[in-house]
Amino acid sequence: MSEPLSFELSRPAVDPPRLPEAEVAGPPAADVLGREMLRARPPGLPRLSEPEIMRHYSRLASLNYSISENFYPLGSCTMKYNPVVNETAAALPGFADLHPYQDEDSVQGALELMWRLERALCAVVGVERVTLQPAAGAHGEWTALRMIAAFHHSREENRTEVLVPDSAHGTNPASAALSGFHVIEVRSGDDGRISLADLESKLSPRTAALMLTNPNTLGLFEREILDIAELVHATGAMLYYDGANLNAFMGICRPGDMGFDAVHMNLHKTFTTPHGGGGPGAGPVGVKSELVPFLPAPTVERTNGHLTLDYKRPQSIGRVRSFYGNFGMLVRAYTYILAMGGDGLGQASQDAVLSANYLRKLVEGDLDMPHEGPCMHEFVASAQNLHDKGVRALDIAKALLDRDFYAPTVYFPLVVPEAIMVEPTETESKATLDAFAGAIKEIVGKAKTDPQSLHDEPTKLPVGRLDEVAAARRINAYLQGLSEDPVLRWKAPAEALETASQKTLQESPC
Amino acid sequence: MLETLGVRSMNDLLVDIPQSLRLESLQLPNGLSEFETMAQVSVLAARNHVYPDRLTFRGGGVYRRFIPAAVSAVTSKPEFYTAYTPYQAEASQGTLQAIFEFQTLIAELTALDVSNASLYDGATAVAEAAMMAYVHTGRNEVLVSGYVHPEYVQVLRAFGEGRGIKVRRGAEANKKTAAIIFQQPDFLGLLVDAGQLTKAAHDAGALAIACVDPISLAILAPPGEYGADIAVGEGQQLGMSPSFGGPHVGFIACTRELVRKLPGRLVGTAHDAQGRRGFILALAAREQHIRREKATSNICTNHSLCALAAAVYLTYMGPYGLRHIADVSFRRAHSLAERLARLPGWEPAFPDRQFLNEFPIRVPRARSVVRKLARKGILGGLEVNHWFRELKDVLTFTCTEVNDPQALDELMAVLES
Amino acid sequence: MADRRYTKTHEWVTVDGKHATIGITDFAQSQLGDVVFLELPSAGRKLAARETFGVIESVKAASDLYSPVGGKISEVNEKLASKPELINSDPYGEGWILKLELAEDLPADLLDEAAYKKVAEASSH
Repeated sequence: MSEPLSFELSRPAVDPPRLPEAEVAGPPAADVLGREMLRARPPGLPRLSEPEIMRHYSRLASLNYSISENFYPLGSCTMKYNPVVNETAAALPGFADLHPYQDEDSVQGALELMWRLERALCAVVGVERVTLQPAAGAHGEWTALRMIAAFHHSREENRTEVLVPDSAHGTNPASAALSGFHVIEVRSGDDGRISLADLESKLSPRTAALMLTNPNTLGLFEREILDIAELVHATGAMLYYDGANLNAFMGICRPGDMGFDAVHMNLHKTFTTPHGGGGPGAGPVGVKSELVPFLPAPTVERTNGHLTLDYKRPQSIGRVRSFYGNFGMLVRAYTYILAMGGDGLGQASQDAVLSANYLRKLVEGDLDMPHEGPCMHEFVASAQNLHDKGVRALDIAKALLDRDFYAPTVYFPLVVPEAIMVEPTETESKATLDAFAGAIKEIVGKAKTDPQSLHDEPTKLPVGRLDEVAAARRINAYLQGLSEDPVLRWKAPAEALETASQKTLQESPC
Repeated sequence: MLETLGVRSMNDLLVDIPQSLRLESLQLPNGLSEFETMAQVSVLAARNHVYPDRLTFRGGGVYRRFIPAAVSAVTSKPEFYTAYTPYQAEASQGTLQAIFEFQTLIAELTALDVSNASLYDGATAVAEAAMMAYVHTGRNEVLVSGYVHPEYVQVLRAFGEGRGIKVRRGAEANKKTAAIIFQQPDFLGLLVDAGQLTKAAHDAGALAIACVDPISLAILAPPGEYGADIAVGEGQQLGMSPSFGGPHVGFIACTRELVRKLPGRLVGTAHDAQGRRGFILALAAREQHIRREKATSNICTNHSLCALAAAVYLTYMGPYGLRHIADVSFRRAHSLAERLARLPGWEPAFPDRQFLNEFPIRVPRARSVVRKLARKGILGGLEVNHWFRELKDVLTFTCTEVNDPQALDELMAVLES
Repeated sequence: MADRRYTKTHEWVTVDGKHATIGITDFAQSQLGDVVFLELPSAGRKLAARETFGVIESVKAASDLYSPVGGKISEVNEKLASKPELINSDPYGEGWILKLELAEDLPADLLDEAAYKKVAEASSH
């Protein structure tokens, strides 16, 4: 079952939709603007009627797995349920129809929501202020590093290095490099946690910051975090928190209390704004008092119940995006926090930790567990035990797809071979967890008796395993001018192009 | 579950956390029922004044447009909006194909070779294009020519500082210039000589980056036709509500030579063992999670759902619908401009320049004009003085297909009184 | 078989008079997976020992390429543009990457067959 592209469904006979006429005096653009200003060839947009459009997209929708239908145990992604009331809130005209350049007096409700969200996030993570501007996790991470760079610069300290654990997500070093830092890796010890000895050997007066996820990407709480904070601060460096795993301990403990100076959060993970197939999300960053002057401008201020946007921030790192942030996502996150409350958020983290440990226990006989438990909200298993059967983490992932489960994260973190990172979240019932564990058992059983069959899965989805290598080679051939098939877009067959442009010159559109 | 684990309580699972860090509870009020939650949120929504779209004449990067019902009908499908990033391609063909269609639509609109899967907004798109130029040419200066959206320039500077890229104003490129960046139509709505700016860039061995309005591309010559290397822009007008500034969508497209430097995600076609065509995330080796510190950028996501909205919008409109919208907007704006210029003391700020559907006009006492209109429920022109000192008392007005002729009459009636 | 030397970063080099040929090892290509693209410099460029001269990409990874020895590039394997898979199928033969005109002797710390084998074993999971 597959669906043609809209371009392939396009028919020249389809009329454009009925749209308002200008109904004012005056010539059309084509008569006023010079020839050289005008488009020579019309854009090759497809032509479909509305019923065809709706059918096309409905069929595409049916080709997707989504959290509304399937269990998504993706480690580090916190695929918890997206409450539909959040959508209703964000769609309220009082939010959706606000122009960002309206007078402040006319958007007091929106500013109040941002201010309250900021206060709530401060309470959850233990910081003084939060910027809501960054549009995504990586964006927020870069913003935090820019603030840290500005801080050191303001003290005329030349700190050029950022320390990152070897288990870190690749965004960490990329964001650091983008901020002008040189990245140095710190090794993990055998227990999966950061090696204090290695950390100590790499800290120096050149260190701007240590970036840490806690619990780390193995789902393990950094037990020595208070010592780590002390070590880092003693050298004058700052401690940055990557909020990917915040769902592990809301209401249990706070990064701010651990000594983190900049605390990054993902509203699309911990605070359940929907992933949308890749975005939009939001990546707010919380800061302690030393970093407050460097926050992106404008900030939202509240005096005597009146809200204003503060642009007078001379030490600010500037703007990291247009306007104020992904406001629509801020509304969703705020609605979630309001509905959950402090008690609900605390319960969510506890349930997340419980579910992960329970699931880990169920599958520990089937897969390798490289590190000792207990884990927090996620755990990392390894398919290394199936290596001699020729079965890899990728095969397990694809086999799960055939059993109606979305696959966990595989091949991350890099420090574990054949890694399978599982995060069930608090959303899932015991029944779902039992079913998932059952599927793992069945797949591992198959790996031992009939490994070849796993290499062919998935077989029940619209397509089987797609040949990424062949695709990459075709793209590279195009990029080197050895082929005209772009692969990264649809292109009309050459003859069709000619006929279309001829037709357009003859046709006289509205 | 605790029994299966063989532990007595949650605390046994939380052993790794130092006692000194343990909280009693969060300093937040308790949770609420759905009814009470919506009641509280609605109170906040009601504290905002919503200007009807027909009485909105303010643009500055975000515009009121007719949004076909089909757009939200598609984007509110849970299979799309609750789906994760399409890493497991076989289970994400819906999202991947929709994004592939988006990429093709943007490439067609801009007349360039390849578009990526979208970025956060127009501002960060400009910054990403500048970084591409920096990586490609090895030069560390970019020139901003003319009235580019001031917030885009601010974001460009913020990114530039982190990367060691200098941002200068002007159009005199030299051998230190990685790119000339211009906006078409510009922030005031005026048309620039894109061909000449592109040539100036190329003559100096620099790239030409065009920041464009996607709906204008139905009428205006697109970047590919005048030889620009990279096109970027803000896609909000393609089916997204203003939403106080976001989430919207940035786009970026480029020539074949620059594709390897494109930041963010790219979707491409691939085939399975049965020869069936599918879609995958392609050229991942460019990206931050593999290149780590050597990537062009650190962006690892796209505004997928917003890109989907844009794809539905463009597919609904088709080439002729889009051209019609652009032309209606053009004619209404020109009609309005003429009428406003007849008001005593009102005059076009740049009478010799052409515009599409947004224009700058100098008025007596801009602030009071705007206030007067607001009192009558009209969102009037945008004051630009605080960004551009030389534009004292200049307002930019916008017209789109949502400003019906009666709305123009109502606007004039208030100003004439 | 020419006397091959190796780097810790998994490149190999053979010498023939004043010329050297460089490639990546069989171990490296198996770790990388199917090669899809190489970013390589042009002939004429001078390289120093240990300098990075390009990137090799598979679908899931990208690795820097380091020159084992200093010299001037005399030839780049053009076949790799359209057939990067040669590196996987024949890493020591048809999958050669660069030829250099030597500017100096081979660095003393290059590894011999046995020493490289140890390095490879230590790196593999």
